[in-house]
Amino acid sequence: MKTTITVNGQARTLDVDSRTTLLDALREHLGLIGSKKGCDHGQCGACTVLVNGARINSCLSLLVMHDGDQVTTIEGLGTAENLHPVQQAFLENDAFQCGYCTPGQICSAVGMLQEAADGWPSQVMEDVAALVDLTEAEIRERMSGNICRCSAYPQIVAAIRSVAGDAA
Amino acid sequence: MRPFTYERAADALSAVKAVAENPGAKFLAGGTNLLDLMKLDIERPTHLVDVGRLPFAGVEEVNGGLRVGGAMVNSKLAAHPRVRELYPVLVRALVSGASGQLRNKATTAGNLLQRTRCAYFYDTTKPCNKRQPGSGCSALEGVHGSHDAIFGASKACIASHPSDMAVALTALGASVETLTPSGASRTLAVQDLHRLPGDTPQVETDLAPGELITAVLLPPPPEGGQVYRKVRGRASYAHGIASVAVAGGRVALGAVAHKPWRAAHIEDALAAGASAVEAAEAELSKADRSDRNALKISLVGRLAAAAIEESKTRRTA
Repeated sequence: MKTTITVNGQARTLDVDSRTTLLDALREHLGLIGSKKGCDHGQCGACTVLVNGARINSCLSLLVMHDGDQVTTIEGLGTAENLHPVQQAFLENDAFQCGYCTPGQICSAVGMLQEAADGWPSQVMEDVAALVDLTEAEIRERMSGNICRCSAYPQIVAAIRSVAGDAA
Repeated sequence: MRPFTYERAADALSAVKAVAENPGAKFLAGGTNLLDLMKLDIERPTHLVDVGRLPFAGVEEVNGGLRVGGAMVNSKLAAHPRVRELYPVLVRALVSGASGQLRNKATTAGNLLQRTRCAYFYDTTKPCNKRQPGSGCSALEGVHGSHDAIFGASKACIASHPSDMAVALTALGASVETLTPSGASRTLAVQDLHRLPGDTPQVETDLAPGELITAVLLPPPPEGGQVYRKVRGRASYAHGIASVAVAGGRVALGAVAHKPWRAAHIEDALAAGASAVEAAEAELSKADRSDRNALKISLVGRLAAAAIEESKTRRTA
C-alpha cells in the first residue's frame, strides 16, 4: 500500500506490506537506523520518534497509518556540527553508556519538554490543574516510557534538567 | 504478524459497515494495544479499518458536562483545560496509565476496549478461555495473581480490566455514545459497557459487531472531592494491582474485576453515615476470597478507605 510521509523534512513514498511498522519503515526501507528496536512492544522507548511533533513508539504504529504525517527521527534533530540542545546536553552530562536507548531518550525528551511547555499534567503533580515545574520527580515520571539498561538515569535527568532550565 | 488488509475509513458509517460485514475485521485507532497483541499472535484480524482520523477528536460543552470524541488521544484529553478544571479524577487516572508515548496514541474509545493484561492471556503456550474459548483458565492456579479479579469472576476467567481511565469514568457516571451498523446512535453507561466473564470471557462488552464508540459523555461534575489512587509494582508505567476513583459520593475500583467496578456497597455505606474504613469493609466483605488473594483484598480495602478520606480534603470542581 502506497504511503507518503515526510521524514526529517523530506517527502518519502513507500509501497510496502501493510504489516510494516513505522519503525521498520524508517530502519529497513529508509536506512534511518538511529531509531532502535529494543522490545518491539512499546515497553522500552528505544524506537521513540516525533510524529507531527508528538512522541510515539514507532514500533507500535503501522506505516500505513501515517500517510501525510511529519516524522522527525534522531537524524533530523541535529547534525554532528550543529547538535540539538538536548543532544548537546546528553553529551555534556555523559547521559549514556552503551548508547542504544539514547536516540529514543533524546526524541522522547524533546517531545516531553514541549508537552511540559504546553502545560500538560502528570501524575506526580499535587494539583493536575496547576502549572508544570520540571523538577527531578517530574522528569523521571514523564520519561518513564524510556528504559536505560545501563541505568544512566541520573545523568539523563541532569541533561534534561539543564535544557529545561535554559528554556525557563 | 499475520497478513491483513487495511483501509482508512472515509466516514464513521462506512467504517461501521465494513467491520459489521466482515467477521475478520477490526477497528484500528491508536493501535497501541491491538498491534501489540497482533505481534504476539493473540489478535488475528484479517482486515483493519482505521478510524483514527475520523472527526471525533474534540471536546464539546454539553449540558453542564463534556462530550469527548472517541478518537481523542489520552494525553490531549488529560491536558484539556476544561477537563482539568472539572474532572481532576479523570485527569489523574489518565496520567496514571501507560507512558507519555503511549498516551499520545491511545484513544478514548480504544482505552475502554483494551484487553486484559492477565499474564496467561499473553502466554500463548498456556490455556486461556479468553484467548481460546474452551481451553481452560491457567490463572485459576497460576502464580501471577496481582491482577486477578476479586469481584464477579467465574470459573472460566479471573482476568481484570486494566484501564485506569474507565475507573474514573465509572465513578463520574459517564456514558459512551456509539454508532451501530444500522446507522442509529445509542448511549450506554460506561459501567454497563463491559460484561462479567461468566462462561464467555471472550465476549467483553455489550457492543454489537461493528458498533463503534464515537464519544464519551461526561455529566456535570458531582459535588464533593475527586480522587484517583493507584497501587502498582513500580512508581510509573505499570498496570495497577488496584486502583480507586472517588467522585463525590460515587466510588469505583480498578483492576479488581472483568470491568471497572462500581462500588455500590461503599456508596450505600457512605450515604448511611459509615466511616471510610467501614464503607470499604462493606464492599470487600463481598469479595471472592481464595487462598492467595488475601493481600489484594486487604490492599484494595485500605486503598479505598484512604482515597475516600482524601476526597474529603480535595477540591470540588
